[in-house]
Amino acid sequence: MEWIQQLVNGISLGSIYALIALGYTMVYGIIKLINFAHGDVFMVGAFIGFYAITGWGLSFFPALIVSMVACAIFGIIIERIAYKRLRNATRIAALITAIGVSLLIEYVFIYFRGAGLETYPSVLPTKTFDVFGAQITSKSLIILGTSVGLMLILQFIVHKTKTGKAMRAVSHDIDAARLMGINVDRTISATFAIGSALAGAAGVIFGAYYTKIEPLMGVIPGLKAFVAAVLGGIGIIPGAMIGGLILGVVETIVSALGFSLWRDAAAFIILILILIFKPSGILGKNTKEKV
Amino acid sequence: MKKTKTFWVFLILSALIYGVIQFLMTGGWIDSLYSNMIILMAINIMLAVSLHLVIGITGQFSIGHAGFLAVGAYVSAIATMKFQLPFPIAILAGGIVAALAGLLVGIPTLRLRGDYLAIATLGFAEIIRIFFLNIDYVGGAAGMQVTHLTTWTSTFICLFITILVIVNFTNSRHGRAAIAIRENEIAADAMGINTTYYKVAAFALGSLFAGVAGALQAHNFYIINPTNFGFLKSFDILIYVVLGGLGSLSGSVIAASFLTIISTYLQDYPETRMIIYSLVLVIVMLYRPKGLMGTKEITDLFKRKGGNSND
Repeated sequence: MEWIQQLVNGISLGSIYALIALGYTMVYGIIKLINFAHGDVFMVGAFIGFYAITGWGLSFFPALIVSMVACAIFGIIIERIAYKRLRNATRIAALITAIGVSLLIEYVFIYFRGAGLETYPSVLPTKTFDVFGAQITSKSLIILGTSVGLMLILQFIVHKTKTGKAMRAVSHDIDAARLMGINVDRTISATFAIGSALAGAAGVIFGAYYTKIEPLMGVIPGLKAFVAAVLGGIGIIPGAMIGGLILGVVETIVSALGFSLWRDAAAFIILILILIFKPSGILGKNTKEKV
Repeated sequence: MKKTKTFWVFLILSALIYGVIQFLMTGGWIDSLYSNMIILMAINIMLAVSLHLVIGITGQFSIGHAGFLAVGAYVSAIATMKFQLPFPIAILAGGIVAALAGLLVGIPTLRLRGDYLAIATLGFAEIIRIFFLNIDYVGGAAGMQVTHLTTWTSTFICLFITILVIVNFTNSRHGRAAIAIRENEIAADAMGINTTYYKVAAFALGSLFAGVAGALQAHNFYIINPTNFGFLKSFDILIYVVLGGLGSLSGSVIAASFLTIISTYLQDYPETRMIIYSLVLVIVMLYRPKGLMGTKEITDLFKRKGGNSND
């Protein structure tokens, strides 16, 4: 019965990875850029949520919304200042810029705030349910519910709204979309806003679930969320969700087997295996390279 | 004829640099802070030049160079501390094992391109770091004590060999094949160049010298710790190469020297140092994506106009 409990823990962790991975995959799908700064948006989101809860006395869901709005604006600012000039740059230049932006956010944040830890106040009810002998906390259920809800909203935006249609068109062919009268710059900004809002939400959820936040917390979850995005097939939205959940469950299983120190290595081993055997990911289609 | 002349100029110049610094160090003109800075500078130049071979010459975007540095550091430290082997053999062992690690990592990952390759090398570097973190034989998270054996003479000899080998590799038939791969991999393949072979060879050679640099660094700092070899270290090395100019050996040497001086002065303010580093990285990429030197070398400045250039 312990296994069911571990599975629930794994899915909760995986849903956080999935939320971050969605931002990676959307941005990659639209401008072919690995946005390394995405993990730091996640960190900023966690801190905004923290200050909203402790400073303004908000409860979990209002703090979540404050953090999402602030992160959306932050994402647009990053895109406008750093990435907009790189539309025609080489892939390596874009990647190095993204690394630079990521380091800049982290260390400017540390410079003004200090590198100390913060402990999230307990904002979620802590009841335990007994399901077939497994102890399932209300915390992990709320987190799972919130993540699934956000993903459903995302699916709605992408498939039913005009912005979503524009996003799909731009990711399919940026020049053709521009010729059809789509405002490409605004669509890219919207993509960054939505992705960053999801990362901000993931930050608040992470803080509420694991209670410890610090300025460099975004680095490892950011890289792992990227692994999740690659695992599911980068650029494909359902792929990011599946990849995140698989990664979370695998990590929890590795920990439960007693190899908790190797947990971080597991994600990278998965990454390398998937890159070698199926670089397009679980849901990806093989594309031929044209000369 | 012309090449031998350049070689002798290079040899005399490096002997001169070595002699002057050695004289200043033994004469007590430079205090320990600055002599340490000079040794660190030489190690960083070796790292920059070895990564330059992978990124600048062969065009394979690796951001996991610190992993090979860690392999060299740990293997050489095990050789001197656990087996009491002499220091030169430890350096050699560090380099060779790092090159083997480079082969092991390179053969599967170098089939990937661009972004995927970058992430895969980053992943391998993290796996290497986590591996050392979990091995109690080398101290795990607490790190490993290492005696101080690195001197200016040993560092300079390694630096000299590194630059000599990489310059000669670049100017050889193999180097031209590597540059062809950088310019256009598919075209290079069509010209009959065995692209996989050259990519893996350049990667292993770069790893070898990163391992040698790791051996020197391990025996310079008294202690080695897995946290010293995280991806921040990889990014440090990447910054040298990118700032100097992708494809310019002298550019990466200049950038490595300059940034080592800056970080020595800013070592009490690590956040400021990282802010400056990252700002420089972003600004250079936005306004001069070729880096300071582009693909030019400093020796190009002394060539007469209209003369035949060998590059």
